Amino acid sequence: MARFTPHTDDDIREMLEAIGVESLDDLFADVSPKLEGTLDLPPTLSEYEALSDVHRLAAKNVAGLPIFLGAGAYDRITPTAVGAITSRGEFLTSYTPYQPEISQGVLQTIFEFQSVIAELTGLEISNASVYDGASAVAEAALMTARQTKRDPKVAVSAGLNPRYRETIETYKVELVELSHNNGATDFSEVPEEVSGVFVQSPNYFGVVEDVSAASEAAHAVGALAVAVCDPISLAVLEAPGNLGADVAVGEAQPLGMPLLFGGPYAGYMATREEVIRQLPGRITGETVDQDGKLAYVLTLRAREQDIRRARANSNICTNQALTALAATVYASLMGPEGLREVAELSISKAHYLADKLQETGFELRYPEAPFLWEFAVELPDVGRANEALLENGMIGGLDLGDGAMLVAVTEKRTKEELDAFVEVVANAG
Amino acid sequence: MLDNLIRDKGREGRRGYTLPQFDVEQANLEKILPKESLRKEKPRLAEVDEPTVIRHYTNLSRKNWGIDTNFYPLGSCTMKHNPRANEAAAAVPGFAGLHPLQPEPQVQGALQVAYEAQDLLSEISGFPAVSLQPMAGAQGELTSILMVKKFFEDAGDEERTTVLVPSTAHGTNPATATMAGFGSKEIGLDEDGCVDVEELRSMVDETTAALMITNPNTCGVYEKNIEEIAGILHDAGAFLYMDGANMNANVGRVRPAEAGVDIMHYNLHKTFSTPHGGGGPGCGAIACSDALAPFRPDPVAEKDGDHYHLVRPEKSIGRVAGFHGNFGVFLKAWNYIKMHGPELKENTDMAVLNANYVRARLRGTYRIPYDGLCKHEVVIQPPKGKKALDVAKGLIDHGYHPPTIYFPLVVKEAMLIEPTETESKETLDDFVGTMLELAESSPEDLQEAPTSAPTRRLDEARAARQLKARW
Repeated sequence: MARFTPHTDDDIREMLEAIGVESLDDLFADVSPKLEGTLDLPPTLSEYEALSDVHRLAAKNVAGLPIFLGAGAYDRITPTAVGAITSRGEFLTSYTPYQPEISQGVLQTIFEFQSVIAELTGLEISNASVYDGASAVAEAALMTARQTKRDPKVAVSAGLNPRYRETIETYKVELVELSHNNGATDFSEVPEEVSGVFVQSPNYFGVVEDVSAASEAAHAVGALAVAVCDPISLAVLEAPGNLGADVAVGEAQPLGMPLLFGGPYAGYMATREEVIRQLPGRITGETVDQDGKLAYVLTLRAREQDIRRARANSNICTNQALTALAATVYASLMGPEGLREVAELSISKAHYLADKLQETGFELRYPEAPFLWEFAVELPDVGRANEALLENGMIGGLDLGDGAMLVAVTEKRTKEELDAFVEVVANAG
Repeated sequence: MLDNLIRDKGREGRRGYTLPQFDVEQANLEKILPKESLRKEKPRLAEVDEPTVIRHYTNLSRKNWGIDTNFYPLGSCTMKHNPRANEAAAAVPGFAGLHPLQPEPQVQGALQVAYEAQDLLSEISGFPAVSLQPMAGAQGELTSILMVKKFFEDAGDEERTTVLVPSTAHGTNPATATMAGFGSKEIGLDEDGCVDVEELRSMVDETTAALMITNPNTCGVYEKNIEEIAGILHDAGAFLYMDGANMNANVGRVRPAEAGVDIMHYNLHKTFSTPHGGGGPGCGAIACSDALAPFRPDPVAEKDGDHYHLVRPEKSIGRVAGFHGNFGVFLKAWNYIKMHGPELKENTDMAVLNANYVRARLRGTYRIPYDGLCKHEVVIQPPKGKKALDVAKGLIDHGYHPPTIYFPLVVKEAMLIEPTETESKETLDDFVGTMLELAESSPEDLQEAPTSAPTRRLDEARAARQLKARW
């Protein structure tokens, strides 16, 4: 028999007898239409052969080089201790903590995750995570409609990640795009009927936006203000909750998750207490057991699909518990000072690179705009620059398609790599 | 009393990780950023050293049960053993270090994985088209129903406003219908626990967009009339959607496409064991007919000669994920399927054998509302006078994770047991022995359980009433 299924022929015979049938086929007597023949799948591989295939295909990818791509996913340092915890079988092989007495590990780590997100965002309450940054943004758009009892229609800053914008639209929410000046969104003309106003800061082009202006504009029309923030940026930037935002959402990948070609990551969502009933997904709360001992449990369950069914505030069930755990362990290892250092290293290196590029004669797309670790630089031929970078062992930035390259610089990049980047780009013309 | 949170184990100034030194001049934030944008108070995060972090989370893990530690027959969740080769596959640097926006020539290996995973899921379901984008089962449902909606919009049919949902459905089904902008109507069951075909016939009309069926359904019963059901919907121009949470009973035995289903989602974390991770990440890949294929989310992997690339289907509903879905999860499913090949059918057979064996052994002591052949899971009821909750908590004291309880909603005091194929006869015999013992226990004793778990029963009402969801 196969290695993951223990039964011997004798086991099977005894069990069929206990059931009162003759054969395994009899167990499927009620199934129709039966599959004729067998599935046309490649032959069974041993673990060794399967993993050899994994390595063979992995070798077809270009990986292990310095990466200057960002745009929503960042090549950051992951402490080894993160993987040591997330690979613990008790976490890895458990499921949603429906039985709290034997799920205190997952429940408490969710509570700690919620605490980390609440602290970073300056908001009162966070959920246990959603699928990724894009789905967090889409769920937030739906939240604003439920809370304001308006049709789902949101005003988004021009600097909102276009992938998030597309996901909002997939989730059947109408978009109004606000224009921008020099990379910063103009919030002076927000339509009156919108349910939410979205500001991403730093935005897609790396520019630090005026979250207060977005909040004021939202509140002036009775809409909710939603800030979309990179959690690492909140080590140095004011918490959106202190700038009037009602909801903060974003991509938690920078908190200790590998790039892994786009996922799994984790979306985070936080809000004010008044809006909590509209927050989708799991929430863990503190309570006591019958002996009065402190414990954690999934709470405010009446919002959720398995209780409320068609009237639930979202259909979400499974979220991203394991990657949220990675974020929690990461935040614990870094602490407030470590997070700040990650941010400051990235900012310092990005500004060093931007300055050098400008000294070499290139122009930034938004030279006056404040930025952290990501910026758009105008190049005569972005495609050629990226080819030259690859030839020199680097993965260049994102081609914005309009003569600019979006460059992200993390704490991983060294001065040598930054100098080499400038040299290669300059020589590429 | 909060001394067991990580933050309370710290002290200002402690650090758990050392970063590289600055090798460029440290930027002066006050010079480069507007003053009002700067953070004034640091976030109150834990300030702890690495040994404390490791010990804290290791000890938390010991307050948590997983498949690795205990038999975990949680119905509808397919808690089978998680092969560790899957974890190794996702940790390979050539995948783990890959940025999702690297140009296609740099990510050919990853795109080949996606293409092959689509192909394998296509063969298993019998459908010509697959999307790996949805990141969990519920998002697979939403994706599917949004595709159905877009199909009708594209056809100029504005009358399709209703999605039908059997009373046994997962709560995600009606919630999905609402999110996609449909109304939902519930259909009752016949005496075998299957969709009532006559009731269905009377409900289906030109306003019906789809029926969301789970097969085998959440009573563990195969929908014997699935082909007739498909015919009723198709005659009315509507679609049959299948919730694939229970695909572990179908693989290699029946292909949903051949049963008349038009579109379905998989739960790769269930059927292909990727694993569950304490509640995600998952992957809710969908498979569908040619008619619905053009509406799949953006992007799908295609092959052109030796080159793999990503394309947006012609009439796509758009993006459902920021990048390419949970790549690491479908990479694991791809690896799992390849490690099994055609032997996947044996998994199905053993899963169904195990569930029927438990059913046969519990019969007579526990009530079995639908006592025909079950598929990979069986719904039972405790003996009269006992509560499912109490039996579940009693199981904990014997080292078993309880089954799903109070679901499906149509069965009072339901206990939904899904043993999966990776459990031995000895484990099942011991579990059954415990179940029979609990059936004899006094209700008063059972109400005290659990007494040996990390906590006793919790005051769940207090958690909601005096909400405290952060430090």
